[in-house]
Amino acid sequence: MAQESHKWGMVIDIDRCTGCNACVIACQSENNIPTNLEAHFNQRRAIQWIRIERYWEGEFPDVKARFIPIICQHCGNAPCEPVCPVYATYHNNEGLNVQVYNRCVGTRFCANGCPYHVRFFNFWEPEWPESLKNQLNPDVTVRSRGIMEKCTFCVQRIRRATRLADRDSVELEDGDRGLNPACVNSCATNGLIFGDWNDEDSQINQIKNKEMQEGGRAFGLLENLGTSPNVIYLKKVDESAEGHHGH
Amino acid sequence: MLEHTQLTDKELNDELLRDILTMPKWWLPAVLFLATIVITGYSAFGYMVFNGLGVTGLNRPVFWGFFIANFVFWIGISHAGIMISAILRLTQAEWRRPITRAAEVMTLFSLAAALHTPLFHVGRPWRVFYWIFPYDFSRGIWPNVKSPFVWDPSAVGTYLIASTLFVIVCLIPDLAILRDRAKNKITKFIYAQLCLGFRGTTRQWKLQIIAGILLSALVLPIFVSVHTVVSWDFAVLIGTEGWRSTIFGPYFIIGAVHSGVSAVAMLMALSVWIYGLQNYIKPDHFDAIARLLIVVATTWFFFFFLEWVWAMFTLESPEIALRELQVGPWPWGPLFGIFVITSFVIPVPLWMFRRFRRNAAIMFFTTILVNIGMWLERFLIVIPSLMRRSHLTFDWGSYSPSLIEILIVLETFAFVALGMLLFAKAFPLVPVFDMKEGMRNRHLIKVGRRIIPATIREGLPHHYYNKEHHK
Repeated sequence: MAQESHKWGMVIDIDRCTGCNACVIACQSENNIPTNLEAHFNQRRAIQWIRIERYWEGEFPDVKARFIPIICQHCGNAPCEPVCPVYATYHNNEGLNVQVYNRCVGTRFCANGCPYHVRFFNFWEPEWPESLKNQLNPDVTVRSRGIMEKCTFCVQRIRRATRLADRDSVELEDGDRGLNPACVNSCATNGLIFGDWNDEDSQINQIKNKEMQEGGRAFGLLENLGTSPNVIYLKKVDESAEGHHGH
Repeated sequence: MLEHTQLTDKELNDELLRDILTMPKWWLPAVLFLATIVITGYSAFGYMVFNGLGVTGLNRPVFWGFFIANFVFWIGISHAGIMISAILRLTQAEWRRPITRAAEVMTLFSLAAALHTPLFHVGRPWRVFYWIFPYDFSRGIWPNVKSPFVWDPSAVGTYLIASTLFVIVCLIPDLAILRDRAKNKITKFIYAQLCLGFRGTTRQWKLQIIAGILLSALVLPIFVSVHTVVSWDFAVLIGTEGWRSTIFGPYFIIGAVHSGVSAVAMLMALSVWIYGLQNYIKPDHFDAIARLLIVVATTWFFFFFLEWVWAMFTLESPEIALRELQVGPWPWGPLFGIFVITSFVIPVPLWMFRRFRRNAAIMFFTTILVNIGMWLERFLIVIPSLMRRSHLTFDWGSYSPSLIEILIVLETFAFVALGMLLFAKAFPLVPVFDMKEGMRNRHLIKVGRRIIPATIREGLPHHYYNKEHHK
């Protein structure tokens, strides 16, 4: 291995998010997520490993739409991990909160523990229209009914990129050899940045060093719960929006 | 206790074994009715396993619903058996004698009913064995001992085994009586096998008594552990408002005792009405169990109150949002009101009056109310917390059960009732040998001018006995 260990993470710049949902679609096709029909949304059982939460701020006509892309935060201290009786979810040595589909029996204990609601249960057998069957990604398992799934940071891409870097005996850098997850690649405004916290020169570390300063924009989502997420969010505090929350 | 009907051994045998050796008219229709509900429930199970959990009302983020509330409820009911048999046996409370068997058997069937839902409610029920038994050594992965879900099956399983042993040990002498009185060869053979050759020798009695006392002592730690572990299913999750509470262990246990002992009182009234056991279960017994219930219910209410105080103490906005949801909008607010009124506000003041305590009908209805309330309590712990009406407002959830879930919950109730009926058909619901022992130990003693019945055990000096009054 070129590097002792990685600690994968992401920076999500909310100020750049336009709410276009391209990341959602990219994730959907990269990770073999079944088509979310209207019925699935009505049942509250749609599966979106990354979702754009839309919030309205202010009173009409002075209204602002706010978007927050929410993915699995790959918490360093994840509430979902200790409760799984079969080790279907655990923390690997690269900072990833991984889900082993074969082990999962579907107790949904982990999903109840997750304050971000980013764990999804396959209530139904996954289905695709006939025309989409050939677009399934061969690198990703199709999950059967009855198991949990969630964002993996596109672990198949991370594996391929580290393998290629190993073969070429080089250090893996930002976005090198197709490292980036599908959502990051699809973001038109560069609002999502993926990288390695253990790599001093990575873009996410530079952003973190800059934004963690006094007056910086960085924060962790619900970090008061002590989950120590591997994803940090950037947001300029809008003083005018204080106290107005709608949904 | 003042009231007492002194019966001879023959009268005891005749009365208590009557419904086993003969067939009452209502028995078959009742069994068929309950069996229909149970079969409907099992069909619903089959439908659910075949089609997946999509047929329930569960969704994201409400991943647990009716099934888990029902599971906690039945585990709670099962605490009755140990409470009545073990604790009252060890403290030598004399009034326990006629109700121990019914309470223990209810423990068995309610544990079995509790096990129905969580196992089938996982996504892939055919794989639950990986974390229950046998562990999947072949892949080199042990279960995750940090998860309460590993301790749930072991605690409930230990409890089930211990209670089964307890019931069997207490049944042996009665099985021997049944063997002696069975009318045809087949039943005689079956009872002869079941009673393990019990002939009532001194050594056999000694062993049986020692086993009973040992089991009641050994079962006590399980009594505490089972519901504590069940409470961890909720309390360990830091991200779920209303669940992460350090008080949940004792709160769940006392709640379990509350609903369990109430269920026993309900059962006492039923056995008086259905099996005509008024010679055994007297107003005094209702009086005793109601006084026990006042203490249990008040302690439970204290914990319930503390849970609210400690939750509100921090004044964290998500916690306040959850509590607002629990007491506010339809249907949670009205359900909460019903829960508090039925589990405490109506029953406890009624139990304060001696007249009501000694009335089987009033005890029956108040304890039914308690159990409606305690079912709702579990429901209100499980669902509103999972609706996540706090942080990410975009993702607020809601839940309503599907027909399948309702059928399966009904099935668990019919299952317990059916189990009790079938058991009472094959075995005496009142422990005959224990009653006889009670009758032997009971003597009339003279205090001043009055002659009162008193239970005298070995070890008391003989001049306390007044043998003439012993019929």
